[in-house]
Order: sequence, then C-alpha cells, then structure tokens
Amino acid sequence: MSRVQAFFSAVWDFVVGDDWRTALGVVLALGLTALVAETSVAAWWIMPLAVLALLALSIRRAARGATRSG
Amino acid sequence: MAELSGAEIGLAVSVFLACTVEAVEALTIVLAMGTTRSWSSAMSGVGAATLALAAIVAALGPALTALPIGVLRVVVGGLLLIFGLQWLRKAILRSAGLKAKHDELEIFREEAETARALGGKPAGFDAYAFTISFKGVLLEGLEVAFIVLTFGANQKHVALAAVAAAVAVLVVIAAGAAARAPLARVPENTMKFAVGVMLSSFGMFWGAEGAGANWPGGDAALLALIPGVLIAANAIVWMLRRAVPVAGVEQPAPVEAGEPAGVSA
Repeated sequence: MSRVQAFFSAVWDFVVGDDWRTALGVVLALGLTALVAETSVAAWWIMPLAVLALLALSIRRAARGATRSG
Repeated sequence: MAELSGAEIGLAVSVFLACTVEAVEALTIVLAMGTTRSWSSAMSGVGAATLALAAIVAALGPALTALPIGVLRVVVGGLLLIFGLQWLRKAILRSAGLKAKHDELEIFREEAETARALGGKPAGFDAYAFTISFKGVLLEGLEVAFIVLTFGANQKHVALAAVAAAVAVLVVIAAGAAARAPLARVPENTMKFAVGVMLSSFGMFWGAEGAGANWPGGDAALLALIPGVLIAANAIVWMLRRAVPVAGVEQPAPVEAGEPAGVSA
C-alpha cells in the first residue's frame, strides 16, 4: 500500500469508523433535510428520526449472533 | 467574565469529558513506557505528540472558522454526528456487555510486558519508549483535536474548547502523578456514553440547521434533543440486556409446534 493510500485509509477509518452504513445514512438524512427545508414543510424532525433509526440498526448489526458477558 | 451560553457550556463539558477519557488511555501507555523503559524518552514522545497536535489545531482551526456558517454547520454537524454515533454505539455495546470494557490495568500490564520482553534498555535515548508514547498520545489526542476543532469552530469558540481540553489533561496528569498507576477507577464507559450523547445531539442540531431546517424553540431544542438521545440510548441498552443471551448460559430449546411447553419427548 502506498503512503497516499495509507493516508486516505487512515482518514477513512478515523472519520467513518467501522460502520460505513451509519455514515452514509447521516449524509442521506442531511440531504433529505435540505430538500424538505426548501419546501413549506417543516424539516427539523427528519434528523432525530434518522438518528434513532441509524443507531438502532447499527446496534442490531453489531449484536447479531452475539452473546454478552454476565 | 462573560457569561457562557448553554451551547458553550455543552461544548466545554463535551470536550472536557472526551479529553479526560482519551488522556486516561494515553496516560496508561506513557506510564508503561516510563516505568519499564525510560521516563525521559517517554516524556520526549509526549512532548513531540503534543506539539504535533497543537500544530494540527493551529493549522486547521482558522481554516474551519473561515467557512460560511451554513456550510460549516452542515459539514461539522454531519461529522460530529458520525463521530458521536460511533462513540455511542461502542458505549451502548459495552454497557450491554456485548463488548469488553477498557481495562487500564490490563492494558498497562500488556504494554509493560511487551516493553520488558524487548530487553536491552539503552543507556541514553530509548527509541521504543519515545515511539510508543508518541503514537499513543498522538492517536488518542487526534480524536480530541477533532472534537475541539469542530465544536469550537461551530461555536466560534476554539479557545474555550482548547481550554476545556487542557484542563482535562492537567487533571488526568495530576491524578496519574498522585496515584503513580493507571487510572483504572475512572468510569470510562459512562464518560464515553455521555460524550456520545452530546456529540450526537449537537451534531444533529447543527447539521439540520446547516441544511436549512428551523428547530422549534431555536437553541432550546437542545434541551429536548440531549435527554431524548440519552433515553433512547438507555432504552437500547435495556432491550439488549433482555434480548441477548449471556455467554455460557444454556438457552432453553425452542418448543416444537404442537408440543406442550415443559414436556420432553
């Protein structure tokens, strides 16, 4: 891996972390908020709903098939 | 002294907590290097990493604050939210027992053992102690630098964020010097949980504002968002504890259709 590749890989790991779907979901939710904000409909409720859904889905993926310590 | 707004207090508390957690983790590594290899080389590593972090903040801070407020809020809000959800996800998994909690004593033992196994402590400069301390402080510090920059730039208060971070580091150093041991009793996961809640709430608030949404009640919406995220996160922990089986405990076999419960064939 070249140094440039290693740099971008480190930046990706740092910002996006181990769940790229959540990062993508945040970007999409912000985009949807921007689109709805252009209309006469209130747009503030989109982010709380999106965050709740993204968090729950991310935890569900991580917990699938897992067992917990006592 | 000028009074701080609610958002500024939130900024200071979030940065302080995040920085305390990361400083505790960095302290463990530096202590292991100092006690097993060389204090002067380990401290040189700490100094070099601190300078590197200061340079990053000094270089990127003015660039971020120069962005138009709308662009800044959507970019910073989005990044804070992504970052906050990562912290919150890990803290939830740890609280529910699905991920091992940070054990500073165990990490200290491992680092010290590896350092001792290398043997041959040099009389002068110890490159190993320097490098490990440098990397430890830089990597743990990068997350804090990111939070200081994004939070601070958004509130136009990088200085306040930097002061909160510096106070946290000083508190951890003082506690470490007094204890002369890794700070194993710091409730790291609780603090990470709190940071995750704060970053996610502020990220959501600023991101939506930057994207053009208007929050009902303006800044007061944060007073609903922060407890809302906290309650949701705790509810997820509660559900995980109920739904996920404990390791080593045999689960009852599923009952076949038509078979009365508790009756074996």
